[in-house]
Amino acid sequence: MAPTPRKTPLHDRHVELGARMVDFAGWEMPVYYVGINEEHRAVRARAGLFDVSHMGQFEITGTGAEGLLRKALASDIDRLDEGQAQYSFLLNARGGIIDDLIVYKLPNKVWLLVVNAGNIAIDLAHLKSFKHRAATITDVSDETAMIALQGPVAMELLADIWPKKTPAPETGKPFTIVERVVAGVPSRVAYTGYTGEPGVEIMCAADRAGDLWDGILARREHGVVPSGLGARDTLRLEVGYPLHGHDINPKTTPIEASLGRFVHLGREFMGSDVLDKQAAKGVKRRLVGLKIVDRAIPREGYPILSGGEKIGTITSGTLSPSIDRGIGLGYVPEMFAKPGTVLQVDIRGRLRDAEVVKLPFYKKEA
Amino acid sequence: MSADESYPADLRYHHDHDWVRVAGDEATFGITWHAQDALGEVVFFEPPTVGSRVEADGSYGSLESVKAVSDVIAPLAGTVTVVNDAVVESPELVNEAPYDAGWLIRVKLDDVAAVESLLDAAAYQATL
Repeated sequence: MAPTPRKTPLHDRHVELGARMVDFAGWEMPVYYVGINEEHRAVRARAGLFDVSHMGQFEITGTGAEGLLRKALASDIDRLDEGQAQYSFLLNARGGIIDDLIVYKLPNKVWLLVVNAGNIAIDLAHLKSFKHRAATITDVSDETAMIALQGPVAMELLADIWPKKTPAPETGKPFTIVERVVAGVPSRVAYTGYTGEPGVEIMCAADRAGDLWDGILARREHGVVPSGLGARDTLRLEVGYPLHGHDINPKTTPIEASLGRFVHLGREFMGSDVLDKQAAKGVKRRLVGLKIVDRAIPREGYPILSGGEKIGTITSGTLSPSIDRGIGLGYVPEMFAKPGTVLQVDIRGRLRDAEVVKLPFYKKEA
Repeated sequence: MSADESYPADLRYHHDHDWVRVAGDEATFGITWHAQDALGEVVFFEPPTVGSRVEADGSYGSLESVKAVSDVIAPLAGTVTVVNDAVVESPELVNEAPYDAGWLIRVKLDDVAAVESLLDAAAYQATL
């Protein structure tokens, strides 16, 4: 029997707002409140508020914390100053992606990792397998909530509930983190997100999450709407961000996933020898963006073809609300990965032309 | 915006959440309120071609929401006479008015009497 899905501290609020709840990675989460398209468009035009409390959070402390992270992460944490963050990966010995995450360097020698909900147990076991005695890994996922406020008016809204005498929210740079009391709730405010819009991800104690959520939604005059995981998925796909377990997994490396720019080579870390080799000699396959020429929607698992031969598989696909075209990600042999290449996707028995395009699919007009 | 839940009494229903409105030897097919609600916002309708055959219990096209694809099942057998181009253009009509503007196809029935094998509104609602 499947275990009962877990509930975030904001569960009752989602139900009250009329959300359609689904099981996601063992959590009962809102997939949408009003509709995926409407929420998607609200985030691109104004702002959306997402409960992402299901995500995992680990604090790494102790004199061995940095030693552990240098070995375990594919990015170079020594490049970070206090208050800065990196997108990074936990890799296995074959260079495959166990998880993708954001690592934050907090004050007082605390490191924070924010990981995918479905990978919490695997990540913890992996981090502990390094047997770094002087590093303490604390899973604070259950005590911590996280709310993402994303969209062009996010900073304007935040300014209304931001402590006076601190630099205004819009002065925060991407991939930084500050501690602030937001709407009366002591929080860590990270300038990160998964939508391609300006915005923040705000972390607070689980028992204060309701106050933070209500404090933000009380500023509805900015046009903020509660937004579900459905819009989160279409937003991230439009800007080409991968989803672990779909576009990336323990059998794909960051280089194959076209994410090599987030990896810092020339150091020794778990999986680095495989990545060094791939960086020098190239890879057999690469994750590309595909835009369907006709009006049709590619879905995960659909075959990618060239000249009638299957050459790959779609790993994520949707109708892009912003560009009104079917878009997808998928792995193809390197020789087909060049933007402009026309391939085909088998969409339920019909071959549809699909153009390899440079990511992101969607870019805001300047 | 979605319509309110309803199952009109003048229609007949297939257990796979499709409805039929019969007029003479022609029938209009569509999906029920329950089906469009389960699917979410419909963003794409792939219709059959006019003149093609549809078989009872067989798929005649597909509806897609942002998250999912669903085959649409013919409650009765016949030949497609009209495709609702308004739904091809504006698939959200299926959510807005599943029994009216959101109809999908018209079919010349092989056997009008076969409609008696379908569920009435009460029997269909009992399956939900």
